[in-house]
Amino acid sequence: MTAVEERTGAAAPEKEIGKARRRKEDARLITGRTTWTDNMVLPGMLHLAVVRSPVAHARISNVDVSAAREAPGVVAVFTGRDLAEEQGSLPCAWPVTPDMVNPGHPSIAVDQVNHVGEAVAVIVARSKAAAQDAVELADIDYEPLPVVLDMEEAVKDGADLVHDHLESNTSYHFVFDAGEAGTGGDTEQAFSGADVVVSRRFVQQRLIPAFMEPRSVVVQPQGDNYTMWSATQIPHILRVMAAMVTGIPEHKLRVIAPDVGGGFGGKLQVNPEEILCLLIARRLGKPVKWTETRSESLMTAHHGRDQVQFVDIAADREGNILGLRVRLLADMGAYLRLITPGVPALGAFMYPGIYKFPAYRFECDGVFTNKVPTDAYRGAGRPEATFAIERIMDELAVELGMDPLELRRKNWIDAAEFPFTTVAGLAYDSGDYEAATQQALQLLGYDELREEQRRRRESGDPVQLGIGISTFTEMCGLAPSRVLGSLAFGAGGWEHASIRMLPTGKVEVVTGSTPHGQGHETAWSQLVADSLGVPFEDVEVLHGDTAISSRGLDTYGSRSLVVGGSAVVRAADKVIAKARKIAAHLLEASEDDLEFADGKFSVRGTPGTGLGIQEIALAIFAAHDYPEGIEPSIDADATFDPENFSFPHGTHLCAMEVDTETGFVKIRKYASVDDVGTIVNPLIVEGQVHGGLAQGIAQALYEEAIYDADGNLTTGTFVDYLVPSAADLPHFDTGNTVHAAPGNPIGAKGVGEAGCIASTPAVVNAALDAVRHLGVTDIRMPLTPERVWRAIHQGGDGGDRAAARSNAQAVDSSDAPSTSGGAL
Amino acid sequence: MTPITVRVDGASYTDDVEPRTLLVHYLREQLGKVGTVVGCDTSNCGACTVHLDGEAVKSCTVLAVQADGSEVTTIEGVAGGAGLHPVQKAFHEMHGLQCGYCTPGMIMASIDLLKDNPDPSDDEVREGIEGNLCRCTGYQNIVRAVRHAAAEMRGGANGVPSGSVSPAVVDTAAAPHVAVQS
Repeated sequence: MTAVEERTGAAAPEKEIGKARRRKEDARLITGRTTWTDNMVLPGMLHLAVVRSPVAHARISNVDVSAAREAPGVVAVFTGRDLAEEQGSLPCAWPVTPDMVNPGHPSIAVDQVNHVGEAVAVIVARSKAAAQDAVELADIDYEPLPVVLDMEEAVKDGADLVHDHLESNTSYHFVFDAGEAGTGGDTEQAFSGADVVVSRRFVQQRLIPAFMEPRSVVVQPQGDNYTMWSATQIPHILRVMAAMVTGIPEHKLRVIAPDVGGGFGGKLQVNPEEILCLLIARRLGKPVKWTETRSESLMTAHHGRDQVQFVDIAADREGNILGLRVRLLADMGAYLRLITPGVPALGAFMYPGIYKFPAYRFECDGVFTNKVPTDAYRGAGRPEATFAIERIMDELAVELGMDPLELRRKNWIDAAEFPFTTVAGLAYDSGDYEAATQQALQLLGYDELREEQRRRRESGDPVQLGIGISTFTEMCGLAPSRVLGSLAFGAGGWEHASIRMLPTGKVEVVTGSTPHGQGHETAWSQLVADSLGVPFEDVEVLHGDTAISSRGLDTYGSRSLVVGGSAVVRAADKVIAKARKIAAHLLEASEDDLEFADGKFSVRGTPGTGLGIQEIALAIFAAHDYPEGIEPSIDADATFDPENFSFPHGTHLCAMEVDTETGFVKIRKYASVDDVGTIVNPLIVEGQVHGGLAQGIAQALYEEAIYDADGNLTTGTFVDYLVPSAADLPHFDTGNTVHAAPGNPIGAKGVGEAGCIASTPAVVNAALDAVRHLGVTDIRMPLTPERVWRAIHQGGDGGDRAAARSNAQAVDSSDAPSTSGGAL
Repeated sequence: MTPITVRVDGASYTDDVEPRTLLVHYLREQLGKVGTVVGCDTSNCGACTVHLDGEAVKSCTVLAVQADGSEVTTIEGVAGGAGLHPVQKAFHEMHGLQCGYCTPGMIMASIDLLKDNPDPSDDEVREGIEGNLCRCTGYQNIVRAVRHAAAEMRGGANGVPSGSVSPAVVDTAAAPHVAVQS
C-alpha cells in the first residue's frame, strides 16, 4: 500500500527556489478566516482596560479606585501597589556597556510615572466596554515633576533627572574606535591631516512602527499552566522572558503567536501588558484579554529612531576619504526595554557604509527622557547609520565640487575586493556596487532627468528637480551567536527547524522563525520541496507556538530566511541522510551506490530502481523492515548558527520635484536595485522591498512622533501621525542583482529591511539636490511643505533648530571638532 | 438596549444592542464576524470597511442601530458562496497583501471603487483607496491587484482567467508578472 501518487512524466520537476510562488498564507487572509489574537473568545474570559498616566513625570500621591471597583460589570481593579511585589522588572537583554545604568522597568507604575501613557491601574470587567467605562472612574493624584524631553538639555550638568535615584540622564556611553580595535588607523590623526572636514548635525526624528494590527494578549490559566496568545514577533523570547519576570516556570508557560498583523520591530518586545495579563490571570484564575486601541498603541507601544547625529568626515582635495567620526545622542525614553540600548550600538558598525575609510570612531550616549521607550523599528540602527553616511557623502561632494556618484565610486569597495573587512571590523561577504548602480541609473533614466534638472534650473522653473543617491549596505541575518556574545547581547542568534515526515509522505516543517506577514509558509515550502524533492503542496509549515516549535529565536533583523531558512535546509539534509540508510536497506544496495535526486533514491547506473523519500516515510512509519542499529525514524532537527552576518546592498535613486513656491515635494520617480543574495521567491522579495521603501520614504516625508512641552504625544492618532496612504506614495521601479551570500546554504542575504534602510537618504538627498542652488543645505525630516518652504525662504533646516547649528565647523582642518564632546 | 434586525452575509439576525455600539463591534462581538477587524479609533485606517446596503462604509463610524433593517456584507460573505470574489482573487495573484490585517477592508473598499469606476488608472486606484491604510505592501501590488480585478470583471481582458477557486485551494502557481532572476 502506498499513499503516494506516482509522479507523472519523466522530466525533472522545476526548481522551486527562484519561482514567484503565490502565497499559501493568502487563502485565510483574503477571506477573513483569520486567527488574530483579538478574535479569541474563551469561556469566562474577562477583559482588561488600562488606566494610564495623563502626565509625563510625576509622583503618584494617591490612588482611589473604589468607584471603579463598584462600576457595573467590573470584577477587579489592580493598582501598581497591588502588583508591586510580583511584577518584577521588564527585561533589557542588551547591556551595551558593563556600566550601563538600567533603572528597571515596572509593568505598572507604583510610586512614580515617567511617561504619558504609563499604566497606573488595570480594570478587569465582564466586557471590554465595561472595563473601558470604569477607566474614567479611577481617581489618581499626581504631584508633577520637571519634564525632561530634550536630549541635548538632558545631558547637561545640573539637568533635571528622569530618575532621581540616578546620577544623570545618561544610561551609557558606548565607544567603538577602529584604532583601538585594530581595524583602522588613528581617527584624530586622520582628521588633522585632512584637506577637508565636513561636519553636520542630523536629526533622526522619533517614529512609530504603527503595525496595522493593534497589540492584543489573551492569557488562559489552567491549574498552574498558562497559555498566552499574543500579537508578537517573538513568542519564544517572550516565553523565556515572561517566565523570568513573573516566576512562572518556563515549562508551565506556553506562548502562541497566531496570525500577527505586522510588526516591523514594534512587536519585538516584552510588553508591560503581556506581563500584566499573566499576573492578573494568575490572581483571578480566569482567562483574560487585553486589546489596545490605536491611540494606546501610538502612545505606549515602543517608538523608534530619535537620535541626534553629529557626523564629521575627512577627505583630501581629490576626494579620497580619510576618516569618519560619529557622535550620537540616542533617546532611550523613560526606560530600557528589550533592546532599547542596543539599537544605536547595532548601527555603530554600519556608519562606514560601503566605503573604504582608513579611520573611524563612534561614540553614543544613551539618554533618558520622559517619553515612551524607543526600541527596534525596521532597520534598527542601520537606517540611522545609512542616512548619516549617505547624507554626509553628498555634503562632502558639494564641498569638493564633485559629482556625488563619482565621490562614492572613488571610495567604495570594488567587486574584486570581496570579502572585504571594513574599518568597523565587519567582513562584507559579496556584492558589486557598480553593477547595482548601473542598473539603477538605467531604471531611473538618470541622464534624461539630469538634463531636465538643468533645463528647469536654467529657466528658473518654480518647480525644481533633484536626484538623490543612496548606495547602501546593511548587516543582516542576525546573528552569529559568538558575535552577539562579544557585544554582551543576552541571547544567541541561531535558529532551529525540524522536519517531520508523515506516513502519507506529507511533510511538516517546524520553524523557530515567527512570521507576521513575510510569507514563511510559502518560502519554506519552496526550500523543502527542492531539498527533499517533494511537491510544494505536500509541505506544511508550522510556527509561532512554543508547544509545537520548541526552539526558536523568532523573526526580526532580516534573519528569517538567512538563519531560519538555513536551519530548514540543514534539517532536510539530515532527513535525506537518515532516509539513505533505509533506502539502502530496502533496495539491498550499498549507501555509497545510491544517488538522491528529485525525491528519489536510486542505485547508480541502474535506472528504474528508485525509491521515493515519501515512500520511505511510510515504510519507516510501519517499521516492519529497517536496518539493525538505527531508530525507525527519518525525522530530523537542525540548529543553524551563522558564522558571519550577511550584507545586502543596493543603489536607490530618487528623482524629486520641489515646488519652491509652496514647499510641496513630490517623488517623480523612484528606482532601486537591491542585491539580497539568492532569491527564493521573487514575488515576496519584491513585496518586501516595496513595503520597506514605503516606510523609509515615510520617514523622509511624512512621519514624526511629536511631544509637546509637557510631554504629551500630540501625534497620538492616525489623524496626526501620518502613515502614508496609496495616494502619498509613488510607483517604485525595482530590480535586483544577485550575488549569493557565501555564509549560508541558501545564499540569501535578507530583504526585510533593505528598502527602509536605503530609501530615506535617497529622498532627502533628492530634495536637497533640487534646491541647493537656492542656498539650502539641510531640511529636517519629515520634509513637510512648511519645512521645505522655510528652508528655502528663511534659511536653516526648516525645523525648529538652525541647520547644523552647533556642529557646523569650518572646513579648515584646524577647526575640526574633537570627537569627545567638542562637537556638542 | 435597542432591538435591531440586520441581514449580514445572507443571514438574518435580530439582537438587542446598546445604542452606542458600533457596527464593527456588533459584527465582531455579537455575530462573531471576526473577519472584519479594527485598526484604529479615528476612522483613518479603513480596516473595518464593510458594505452597508451595497456601499462601502467604515463600520467603526456606523452605529449598529443605524444598520437596523439594512443588509451588511463583510469579507466573509463577499464571494457570495464558495470561491472567491475576483478582487479577493486578484489580491492573492498580485501579492496585494502581506500581514493581511488591512486586507478585508482594502478588498471591500476596492470592490466599491470598481463599482463606481470599472476601469481606473493607477492614480485613480490610489485616490480611491486612500481611506485605507496598509503598512506592509507600499500599495503598489494593491494597485496592481485592483486593476487586475477590474480587467477580469470587465470580461477577461488581458487574458485573465475567469471563474473562481475555493479558498482551500488557492492557486499557488508562480505569478507570471514577476521577473525571475536567473
